[in-house]
Amino acid sequence: MKLLEYEAKEIFSRYGIPVPKTGGVIAKPAQLPAALKRAGKGPWVLKAQVLAGGRGKAGGVRLAKTPAEAREAAKAMLGMKIATRQTHGSSLTVREVLVDQAARIEREIYVSVAMDRREACPVVIASAEGGMQIEELAKSKPEAILKERLCPVRGIEPFQARRLAFKLNIPAAGLGAFVRFLCALAKIFIELDASLVEVNPLILTPDGGLLAIDGKIVIDDNALFRQKAFESRKDPEATALEREAKKVGISYIGLDGSIGCMVNGAGLAMGSMDTVALAGGMPANFLDVGGGASADQVKAAFKIILKDPKVKAVLVNIFGGIMRCDVIAQGVLAAAGKVRLGVPLIVRLEGTNVKEGKDLLRRSGLPLTLADSLWDAAQKAVAAAGGRP
Amino acid sequence: MSILLDGNSFIAVHGFTGEAGTFHSKLCMEYGSRIVAGVTPGKGGSQHLGVPVFNTAGDAVRSAQANVSLIFVPPPFAADSILEAADAGIAVIICVTEGIPVLDMARVKRALSGRSVRLIGPNCPGVITPGAAKAGIMPGYIHKRGPIGIVSRSGTLTYEAVWQLTQKGLGQSTVVGIGGDPIAGSSFIDILRLFEADDETKAVVLIGEIGGSAEEEAAEFYRKEMSKPVLAFIAGRTAPPGRRMGHAGAIIEGGSGTHDSKIEALKRVGIRVIENLSEIGEVTGAAMGVVGVPEN
Repeated sequence: MKLLEYEAKEIFSRYGIPVPKTGGVIAKPAQLPAALKRAGKGPWVLKAQVLAGGRGKAGGVRLAKTPAEAREAAKAMLGMKIATRQTHGSSLTVREVLVDQAARIEREIYVSVAMDRREACPVVIASAEGGMQIEELAKSKPEAILKERLCPVRGIEPFQARRLAFKLNIPAAGLGAFVRFLCALAKIFIELDASLVEVNPLILTPDGGLLAIDGKIVIDDNALFRQKAFESRKDPEATALEREAKKVGISYIGLDGSIGCMVNGAGLAMGSMDTVALAGGMPANFLDVGGGASADQVKAAFKIILKDPKVKAVLVNIFGGIMRCDVIAQGVLAAAGKVRLGVPLIVRLEGTNVKEGKDLLRRSGLPLTLADSLWDAAQKAVAAAGGRP
Repeated sequence: MSILLDGNSFIAVHGFTGEAGTFHSKLCMEYGSRIVAGVTPGKGGSQHLGVPVFNTAGDAVRSAQANVSLIFVPPPFAADSILEAADAGIAVIICVTEGIPVLDMARVKRALSGRSVRLIGPNCPGVITPGAAKAGIMPGYIHKRGPIGIVSRSGTLTYEAVWQLTQKGLGQSTVVGIGGDPIAGSSFIDILRLFEADDETKAVVLIGEIGGSAEEEAAEFYRKEMSKPVLAFIAGRTAPPGRRMGHAGAIIEGGSGTHDSKIEALKRVGIRVIENLSEIGEVTGAAMGVVGVPEN
């Protein structure tokens, strides 16, 4: 679960991390004057609240010296569509704009706490070269990235924070503030079950202070049961279809291709998508009906796949393990009775009671194609969808 | 021989009396696994599926000589069950539970580090040594005993691979699902090391997926320390970056853990990479010199 910048900064503020004076978010230009008043004297910075790194380059961050400039910026930004290298071809509509007092920047630093899979513990990642280019820096100059491993229970120790401060050349007058900042950041990571807490940039102001100018927090979805504040929050990244699928326990992600895929298990679902691509087609979605794949799940999955108008054929690949193939076949039949298919259906069943399952489908008189292997199924689906997109 | 699990494995099931615990324990017992104890706090002294239930893992070890734990406990309590099993002295802990908070697993890893306990999972199908014992949720009948070791981050994808091998007449020594979570109890390397030392295993099929760097690390281990052939399939060639594909693990982050980087790392050290999922059986068969085995 990714939080928006203003949500992250509200949390920072609660943990004592200094953030710019803010007017909060606005959803309409009419709310701007009040927001400017709350943010104090100008200049101000207006920032589109979308979950996409690199939004500055896409026009999602603007500086305003006067209220008139702020009005212009707010009007231009609200409702605009933003596409960056992190939105992967799609674009996001700006519904909220954050109004902050602009800060004078002496130096920019990158700091984050992230879960390091390899080390199996949280790590602080920091670089004296902050700003927008951290991903580039990680590739081109990895030695400029500092790391400090943390205890998953205690968080960061003050000596670790000091060690980083000296490596980052934080001036002696700012040392105490920097240590307090890092301890708070690690505390947020642990108390909120985060998988990422990032401040980029953290700025040093001319008077020796610190300010978190931009922030990103990602909460571990597995921990939402104990992070009640975020539990009911809807995932801003999910599409309507993805949310609908999630409600019925189906993992669905929309893609660009024309072949709808229904598979049990995430790994086999990815493997099936890959097989479709190898056969010359493009998957329209990732869909995992769950390792169990009950008849009801199969029906719900059909409904979701068929709501995507790009779908020209549906490929069902179910490995009936614990759930028998004849039960899955009954699910397919029940769904076919209730849902108007309208596109060719290719079914590959394998596993327990596969013969009974295939017989059921064959005898049903439904216009579906049975496949003998995944490769066979993928080729048939690609042909049915009209070849390469 | 086999790894991790054999006929002398005395299994304690944590979360034994719950729905998943009951369902899968029954199937494990039908397969021939020796489930000797259940662990459900508060139900100690009772019987379930004809097996004694204990309040603590310690009791299960003392009274029923349990030496393997199989955990079906719900996510909020699963990490605690792992720690309890380890504290009781159980050497092999298999955690099927999906959805454990990552920070909990970081704490478990820290607590277990330096101790002689092998944790498999979480979020995995478990472990099976065909014909001897099954501790997990995989369908038993698709397996056949033989020379191929399998280690995988995915569940149903493993069944697909096993099925293709079995159809080709290629049996398995042990099949290990290490799970799809970002922090797993055992890595590919841990299991490859066990297969390398196992007499019965003649070759290993490794099934990976996008995200993380476990496959790249496995490649490095293979280059340095393995003599047995390894074949690999990596899922997620078509997965878009930045999106979570069901598993917490299957997500491409900031350019690392991509399909291409993994394939390249594996090929570079001489691991045979199987590009087409449907050809796992065929390619492995050819590598093992199995020719003309009819599909049944």
